[in-house]
Amino acid sequence: MAEAAGGPASGKVAFELVSPERVLASLEADMVVVPGEEGDFGVLADHAPVLSLVRPGVIEIYDGNSVSRRIFIEGGFAEVNPKGLIVLAEAATPLPELSLDRAKELLRNAEDDLEDAREPSESEREKLERVIEVAKLRVEALETHGGAV
Amino acid sequence: MASLKDLKNRIASVKQTQKITSAMKLVAASKLKRAQEQAEASRPFAEKMSEMLANLAAGVRDLPNAPALLAGTGKEETHLLVVATSDRGLCGGFNSSIVRGARRRIADLQNQGKAVKIICIGRKGRDMLRREHGKLIIEFIDGVAGQKRMAFADAQMVAENLVERYEAGEFDVCTIVYNKFKSAVTQIMTVQQLVPVEPPEIEAAPDEKAGETAIYEFEPDEEQILSELLPRNLAVQIFGALVENAASEQGARMAAMDNATRNAGEMIKKLTLQYNRQRQAQITKELIEIISGAEAAV
Repeated sequence: MAEAAGGPASGKVAFELVSPERVLASLEADMVVVPGEEGDFGVLADHAPVLSLVRPGVIEIYDGNSVSRRIFIEGGFAEVNPKGLIVLAEAATPLPELSLDRAKELLRNAEDDLEDAREPSESEREKLERVIEVAKLRVEALETHGGAV
Repeated sequence: MASLKDLKNRIASVKQTQKITSAMKLVAASKLKRAQEQAEASRPFAEKMSEMLANLAAGVRDLPNAPALLAGTGKEETHLLVVATSDRGLCGGFNSSIVRGARRRIADLQNQGKAVKIICIGRKGRDMLRREHGKLIIEFIDGVAGQKRMAFADAQMVAENLVERYEAGEFDVCTIVYNKFKSAVTQIMTVQQLVPVEPPEIEAAPDEKAGETAIYEFEPDEEQILSELLPRNLAVQIFGALVENAASEQGARMAAMDNATRNAGEMIKKLTLQYNRQRQAQITKELIEIISGAEAAV
């Protein structure tokens, strides 16, 4: 495949993580693993163009054969085009910035919110359940990876 | 004619006002800087999202089961106007230009026989529209305008509100009125359609672009991605408008306060001149009295 103009050095994939409020990461990596809606997928250089939903989970950035960074995102969209990989996320936190205790606290808060909601409408309930789901995944991610990279 | 004491008081009070306006100008300038930074920081996300949307929408738009947010309801009977203004005044023509734009649009739509509903973001807009179009205002969203930093969550809340109303069939077309920030002295009143979504045209280099868009794979499929992307895109559009508005407000305030400070300076100059003239006149008068008194005594 022809290298796109302005693309990264061969063998590397350009990765950008953007939130509505700012650009969270812009770097080149050997591989990035994205938690896609239909399963995780790894993006290497010259990946075929894809548009995918991203479920809440951990993005893993590989340098060489090992993971150099892990970032937890609360869902969003991923686009792979000849220029690289772009992930649009509404909220994202690099794992080292998050402690397990804090994540557990967030989960408890979310569960309390659902309990405290008196007669929530269907959409409210769904929303709160989604928050809990995200919080659970966050705790899970921290337990698996221990927060350290 | 005002007495010397009156003039002195007047000068003192104008000086106080000048101090306040110049302080406000400085505050607005620093807030403007922050707001501008935020506007710039939020741009990449909006751009990437429109790109994605453009790629997606091109293929799906003409399908019979395209999402309503994209295809519209098929009617244009009820228009919803989101009027985004600031919570505070003293910012020159900022709010009045938005309200003027909104009024013109309301009049246009009503002349065409369409129903109009209004949602106000920002206290000033509500106050100015309430007298004339009070019955049309269906909601006032408080606490969103005039924050130190716009939060995306607020834009999302507004977007969810709109989507709910849209799905309940409360309106067919939604537009937002706000001021686009061009520079500290120029803001452009902008009327932008939010619903149905007008996908941005895929710009420039059509041959190369067409090749790129044709080979996208979709996971899960286009429709599902679209149904997630459209409400988010709405939030992003609203967020963009709010951020632009915040920067414009500070810019307008800065310009207005700069003018006010300069006016106060001129006024002080004029009053001081008047004060000195009067003082001299009085001294001269007193001298004449003394001299003529002395002459009479001789």
